[in-house]
Amino acid sequence: MLSLDSSLYSHLDKSTVLQEARVFNETPINARKCRATLTKILYLIYQSERLQTKEATETFFSITKLFQSQDIPLRQAVYLLIKELATVAEDVIMVTASLSKDLTAKSEISKANAIRALCKITDASMIQGIERFLKQAIVDKNHAISSAALVSSLHLFANSKDVVRRWANEVQESVNSKGGITQYHALGLLYQIRQHDRMAVIKLVQSLSRGTLRSPLAYCMLVRYTAKIMDEEEGSRALYESLEGWLRHRNEMVVYEAARAICNIRDVTAKELFPAVSALQLMLVSHKGSLRFAAIRTLNKLALSHPASVAPCNLDMENLITDTNRSIATYAITTLLKTGNEASVDRLMKQITGFMSEISDDFKIIVVDAIRSLCLKFPAKQSVMINFLSNILKDEGGYEFKRSIVEAIFDIIYHIPDAKEYALCHLCEFIEDCEFTKLAVRILYLLGVEGPKSSTPSKFIRYIYNRIILENATVKAAAVSAMGHFAVEVPELRPRIRVLLTRAMDDNDDEVRDRAALFLRVTANDELALKFASLGETFSWPTLENGLVNYLAHPELQRAPFDIAVVPTVSRAQEEAEKQRQKTAKQENIAPSSKSAAAAAAATAAAGPVGSGDAQKAYAAAMEKVPQLAMLGDIFKSSKPVDLTESETEYVVSCVKHVFKSHLVFQFNCRNTINDVLLENVTVTMQVEQNEDGTAGNLVLEGTVAAPQLAYDVPGVIYMIYKRNGNVTPVATFGNTLKFIVKDCDPATGEADEEGYEDEYLLEDLELTTADYILPTFVSDFGRAWEQVGEEHELVEAFELSAIPSVKAAVTQIIDILGMETCDGTSAVKDKATTHTLLLAGMFVGGVGALVRCRMAYDASSGVTLEIAARCTDPEIAERIVNSIA
Amino acid sequence: MSHKHPAHTLQLYTTKAVIVLDSEGKRLLAKYYSPDYPSLKEQKVFEKALFDKTKKLNSEIVLLDNQVIVYKNSHDVFIYFVGTMDENELILMSALQSFYEALSMLLGGQVEKRSILESADLVFLALDETIDDGIILESDSTQIAARVTKKDANDGSSIPLTEQTIAQALRQAQEQFTKSLLK
Repeated sequence: MLSLDSSLYSHLDKSTVLQEARVFNETPINARKCRATLTKILYLIYQSERLQTKEATETFFSITKLFQSQDIPLRQAVYLLIKELATVAEDVIMVTASLSKDLTAKSEISKANAIRALCKITDASMIQGIERFLKQAIVDKNHAISSAALVSSLHLFANSKDVVRRWANEVQESVNSKGGITQYHALGLLYQIRQHDRMAVIKLVQSLSRGTLRSPLAYCMLVRYTAKIMDEEEGSRALYESLEGWLRHRNEMVVYEAARAICNIRDVTAKELFPAVSALQLMLVSHKGSLRFAAIRTLNKLALSHPASVAPCNLDMENLITDTNRSIATYAITTLLKTGNEASVDRLMKQITGFMSEISDDFKIIVVDAIRSLCLKFPAKQSVMINFLSNILKDEGGYEFKRSIVEAIFDIIYHIPDAKEYALCHLCEFIEDCEFTKLAVRILYLLGVEGPKSSTPSKFIRYIYNRIILENATVKAAAVSAMGHFAVEVPELRPRIRVLLTRAMDDNDDEVRDRAALFLRVTANDELALKFASLGETFSWPTLENGLVNYLAHPELQRAPFDIAVVPTVSRAQEEAEKQRQKTAKQENIAPSSKSAAAAAAATAAAGPVGSGDAQKAYAAAMEKVPQLAMLGDIFKSSKPVDLTESETEYVVSCVKHVFKSHLVFQFNCRNTINDVLLENVTVTMQVEQNEDGTAGNLVLEGTVAAPQLAYDVPGVIYMIYKRNGNVTPVATFGNTLKFIVKDCDPATGEADEEGYEDEYLLEDLELTTADYILPTFVSDFGRAWEQVGEEHELVEAFELSAIPSVKAAVTQIIDILGMETCDGTSAVKDKATTHTLLLAGMFVGGVGALVRCRMAYDASSGVTLEIAARCTDPEIAERIVNSIA
Repeated sequence: MSHKHPAHTLQLYTTKAVIVLDSEGKRLLAKYYSPDYPSLKEQKVFEKALFDKTKKLNSEIVLLDNQVIVYKNSHDVFIYFVGTMDENELILMSALQSFYEALSMLLGGQVEKRSILESADLVFLALDETIDDGIILESDSTQIAARVTKKDANDGSSIPLTEQTIAQALRQAQEQFTKSLLK
């Protein structure tokens, strides 16, 4: 066999083969020899051998000589090569005449091939010349010819829409062709022609739904067109019956297409899903791998949004865990992890354990992610899961796999406090024999943070110290830091750890010695240790990174050292919460396909608040430079900027409201858009216009920071500082006026006149709302938090929001009004949802947490009905939250 | 909501590539209908990954590079049909099956490397009659085989049917025997 392989093709060389093409010029034509040469050229092309344009063109024209032969086998090979060369060779259109002759050929093979080849070499300008032939061919009784014409028309449609549209009648006729596949081609083309004519598409689908088609492929397309209409047209829900009917089609391809379409219906109900899930369930036990794969893949996706509807398949899916196709097994497991209940977890975990050793790392990572989600869902099962995770941590595996396990354990530690010590012990064992420096370092860091808070911190020391003795420099340094944290935070252990740290001072790596020295110094006296322990801040890493990248990119900045002071800081707790939230959002969807819309939406949702948090840090950084503001402490919450002017007025002003522990600061951002005036000593006067409860009287103006001057297009900032006497949190409306001294100036030089005059400029009103006092906070397990606050602290109220057109609009408005964080992904509402539950969490200034549950129902006659329940230990706050909706 | 109905699923372009590899992952034939792997280098990387993923597993469908791939292992060759992630895999499977059956008819029941190379013209033409630039042109294997012309009248295909069948039977017996030895 080897000799044959090499003699025939394996050492084919392009230039030799192209030489051999001289055989085409011989007369009489040796059909057999020529076809053999053509095959060799084709072989090269299918090996992705690149022909130069010149080579391709020469070959192309030399084979057109073969049209002199009437040998059909040769002709067919010629056509194939013409098609393959059509995109590489030049001037291919020259052979139109030769090919056109075959359009009237008697042989079906020649005719069908001629049509297909001709359409590949023709261009938009030539297409009219062959239009008549194509129209005839579309309705040809011979299915091969008709299909060839239809498929070619489909290819032509992209560039010659108008011409192809003229053939609609012929195409319509061939939809009723007797040839199955021809129906498929005709339907596909007819849809392309009609797709922008909504009524025509609906009519097409309705008429074909009555069952005139024969081709299963055509039915699949019909299912897709039907699903699209249902998605886009009001009142087309009745088409569901067609989809449901196709679930009983005799061809499984159609059944599957229909089941898929039903699973994808927007706002599909459990009742509508039932027959589709049943159909998929039957496919799960098929002996054909592709059927099982198709079914489990679809159910996996469905389980994300409708786990309860998929749950009846649990038994069948469990059998798939042992499927020889590992993709199927992985889909089965991840689906089960979504649909399973707490009781089935143990059994499931046992099955997965057997399965893990047989699959590749990619699959293992998917499974680990699914288990992580499951563990967060059923915290009571954490010990089983942690055992499982730490067992697979000991198995063979690459870095990404190990990393996913460590991440999962980290998350569990973060979300399930009960699991902490147990999980930390497992991690300790893992670092005893961990080949990945990066992971060892991260684990050591976590041990340093969490270990000192555990009940018996001393048990971790041995593990950490072993690293100092045995590891490479990076790990050693991390271990020293971890141990240092124990020394700082656990005074009882301090003397003993200091002994160990002193030993580390002899290390031959200077980073290790530096860190040991730092911690020895810090732990030398209690006061310093205490101060170090309370350092709760860290830099905002994204800002720092941007700053550094920017610094490196601009040489002019490098004349001065990088100023770390401009990088805002965040508290560690905040940073961790943010990390967790992003991760949760990302992992909501643990299906192997990561490109789903849900994941993308979640990612953008997560990105929003991050931005605002960073903005707040930027405000704080700016305020630190103003002595009056620096004394106020940390900002509790900064609002989004509110515009107080139109964007195209002389002076553009917006206001940001900052709430402090016992102060309120209004930050007016001003910009002067007139190039021949200069404003000086710019201030704002604020007047309470409206305040129902009178608490605004307790706002006392404590200071004004004026903008010394506002030159053309140079932004300036004014701060108005109010003390909140008695920590009042008024809801009020302020009338605002900008006051300043105007000086005319020369637009060219910016030089201003000496003399100016006082003037003022009326700004729009500014509202202070309840939301300004509420900081959005993230709650990982809303249900648990809700129960913890308890029903006794609940306040419920119902509202008729008749002016709001949809549930989606209501959700957007409520989030906006309350300024709280949405939990459990409840901010995502389907477009036409009629009911929805929105969960919100926040913290009122002063540190009281509040949770809100909004249940909404929409009805066309009465609009949105809202039941809002707020749970908060301070009844007054609960009442304010509830009432702010009114 | 247009993500649910990507434009390409409303068109007939189901097949992104057809690939035939031998038992060592070497390419016998590859036809890419979409520009996802523009250079030979990228194609080879994909084909290697595909082969590594499928050579050991006795299955018929895999996911790779965010694509659905159905395949069939016949003797010492692997035939793959590649589709997009949201394609109906059963449609791809039926196209693969039609192509395979047509090959089987054209190659005297032996879809293997030797016969594919010996009759490369038949294989190329059969593929051209099955898929036209990504669209399934014919789904009936008998029709596909019937539309592929043989070399010419003096060709080997004119061996009397009975003789051919005997040769075939012999070969099959030999293979069975080898297989049982290897087990």
